[in-house]
Amino acid sequence: MKHVLSVLVENKPGVLSRVTGLISRRGFNIESLSVGTTEDTTISRLTAVMDADDVAYEQITKQLHKLVSVHKISDLTDEGSIDRELALFKVNATPERRSEIIEIANIFRANIVDVGRNSLTIEVTGDESKLQGIEDLLRAYGIKEMVRTGMIAMSRSTKD
Amino acid sequence: MSRVKETPQEKDMQRRTAQSAGACRGLGSQTPKQGQRMLGAEAIVASLEAEGVDTVFGYPGGQAIKIYDALYDSTQINHILARHEQGAVHMADGYARSTGKPGVVIVTSGPGATNTVTGIATAYMDSIPLVVITGQVPRAVIGTDSFQESDIVGITMPVVKHSYLLQSTDELTSVIREAFYIASTGRPGPVLIDVPSDLAGSEMEFIYPDEVNLPSYKPTYKGNAKQVRAACTLLEQSERPLLYAGGGVIASEATGELMELSERMGIPIVTTLMAKGGVPASYPLNLGAAGMHGAKYSNLAMTECDLIIACGARFSDRVTGRLAEFAPHAKTIHIDIDPAEIGKIREVDVPIVGDLKGVLASMIAQLEKDGAEARDDEWLQLVAGWRKRYPFYHPDLAEDAGEIIPEVVMEKLSKQLDPMHSIVTTEVGQHQMWAHQFIDRETPRSFLSSGGLGTMGFGFPAAIGAAIGRPDACVVCIAGDGSFQMNSQEMATASINQIPLKVLIMDNRCLGMVHQWQKLFYQERYSQTLLEPIPNFVTLAEAYGWSGARVEDPEKLDEAIATMLNTPGPYLLDVAISRDQNVYPMVAPGAALDDVMGAIDVAIGAVRTDMPTAQAPTGATPSPCAKIDAQFGGRWQAGPDDKTPRLDRQQAQAAGEAVVMSGEEAGE
Repeated sequence: MKHVLSVLVENKPGVLSRVTGLISRRGFNIESLSVGTTEDTTISRLTAVMDADDVAYEQITKQLHKLVSVHKISDLTDEGSIDRELALFKVNATPERRSEIIEIANIFRANIVDVGRNSLTIEVTGDESKLQGIEDLLRAYGIKEMVRTGMIAMSRSTKD
Repeated sequence: MSRVKETPQEKDMQRRTAQSAGACRGLGSQTPKQGQRMLGAEAIVASLEAEGVDTVFGYPGGQAIKIYDALYDSTQINHILARHEQGAVHMADGYARSTGKPGVVIVTSGPGATNTVTGIATAYMDSIPLVVITGQVPRAVIGTDSFQESDIVGITMPVVKHSYLLQSTDELTSVIREAFYIASTGRPGPVLIDVPSDLAGSEMEFIYPDEVNLPSYKPTYKGNAKQVRAACTLLEQSERPLLYAGGGVIASEATGELMELSERMGIPIVTTLMAKGGVPASYPLNLGAAGMHGAKYSNLAMTECDLIIACGARFSDRVTGRLAEFAPHAKTIHIDIDPAEIGKIREVDVPIVGDLKGVLASMIAQLEKDGAEARDDEWLQLVAGWRKRYPFYHPDLAEDAGEIIPEVVMEKLSKQLDPMHSIVTTEVGQHQMWAHQFIDRETPRSFLSSGGLGTMGFGFPAAIGAAIGRPDACVVCIAGDGSFQMNSQEMATASINQIPLKVLIMDNRCLGMVHQWQKLFYQERYSQTLLEPIPNFVTLAEAYGWSGARVEDPEKLDEAIATMLNTPGPYLLDVAISRDQNVYPMVAPGAALDDVMGAIDVAIGAVRTDMPTAQAPTGATPSPCAKIDAQFGGRWQAGPDDKTPRLDRQQAQAAGEAVVMSGEEAGE
């Protein structure tokens, strides 16, 4: 089962390798990973997506808790969280097909961030399925280059 | 045993917390050096003094030279110069295991640092508090492959509890305080501090803190009251409870509480290798060793019990055997300070995260409140019957009279040791298992062995560390000829520091445990396990200024052991044993715990039963997978001559009674 793990860690050198080292050492593959600072500059948030059964997942989180550099771990797998990824696509776009592609981008509320003689670069944010959707459509035109960030996630403010 | 009655409140006051367990053992901020300006290296030494450190183990080198220069002026700290950095870490480990205080190591960068890895991993697996200070190249050249540079923080990351690469002198003292705090609280473990040499040479103001500020590190000491009640309810309902004690009993100093619980409710105790000494061998309900080379009666108790109370133990594969068949009828209560251990291997009915000592005390208080009493002694009698029937060794066992029997060596040594003032360390292998089976220990911290990592070369330097930490105790290292050669250079350390250490080598001229596996599972193909020609250990010892002797005649064994123990100064006794001796009983790797080979059964006349056949069945070509099968749970046939039927429980009990009678008859 896929798990989205949100880990608050000390913002210090080497912490990322402690966390990822621990996960890989126990035989798990990280599907996506993103790290960035939080509202508190001494603390970073690390969002990792991995595939593990419940027993293994429990063991991983317990082991992560043991790291002195780890403050808090939350599971953002369920419905009660917002998750986003960002992707950049450089798509083949001859002048006559440009408008079609721009139309697709508009449907997905994506932005055109660069235009070349024969290509367009599109920036899109959204959850995994939205990004998958636009990727499938753009493939028809030929994707020259693509880059996706890891997932970032946050719990919904149901109580705020 | 007399116990002073205390009110629950008083007991609560005494209970350990992270603060009490991690408190500075020295003067902390009250040292005369507080507030002075000094070099970083001097501040490291001053910090160790503030922590109350009296002994450090280590080996100097280029990037540690400033720290060693500062150490030259310390009157408080005694530095023990090892002959190899690995030896230094094992010494610090032995010091920590025997005293309960964190062991401290100082080494240089590069090879000095990488040589500590095995020692650190050994301490990590056995949860031993260590603070390892490594020199590092100056910050300006880190990452340039400079001379004697190694990324020791990266290399040791999987085997430390925590580590620091010192970034500035501002954090030097707080890092050292935190290192000692982290090493000795919660589940103890090694902490590494990497000190770039330019920081050791920079001037700073020495301000030692008494407290730590670690918001992300808060080990749980107090067990959840609801869970304690649930555990007591399970225990009160249980007919055949069993305490399964691990190293946590010693780390948490919970011997008294464990015995009180056992006595009050009539619960037998089995111990792991790490728990040896945590319950006195003379305590009647202590069944001792369980697991791969544990007693058959302990393993039967594990299999037949209906409630396992795991106390600071981690269900190691060397204890559980095949997991699917481990304690099949038992519910499980697991008490551990490390939440990650709970549910890791065995599903648990009642998990309790907390300090064992406090949790057991709360359980006793709860049972007292409930007015719980021990059940009838049917279970205890059943266990006692097994114990009589399946002893570890029996003098009637037909063995070659002309040679020294390892079990007998251990028994004789155990008898001659002062149970209250001796420490036994072991290396790893057959001799370790024989020591586990036969050396009786009465006090905690008196049996030191590498349990988790199984590090050959651990026992001898650890014995030096223990002898320095506990100068009142007679320290004996039981070694094998293979293991001893892994760190024998430390004989120099022992003689130069006039450490009256005894080494008893169980010398079978081979790597006994691997040899045993090759004999049992690999068709006697003794690949690279024969160590002959072996050095003459006695003259080797003499070369280092030790005394020593070799004994080959079983008649002279008692005298040889007595001479070893009574000769002042370091002494090596080389005991010749046969390489054909195997450690029994044995549960084959991957087999169920009650599937014991080679246990002695006195009911059928003191013979070993269920012996494995050494050879593959003749005629049939062994399947290419046979080796793997054997290693991972395959069963082999019983010997063709062994027609002993397996008895069921009632029959066994009946036979157990018959044994007592036949024993008496034999006595007459």
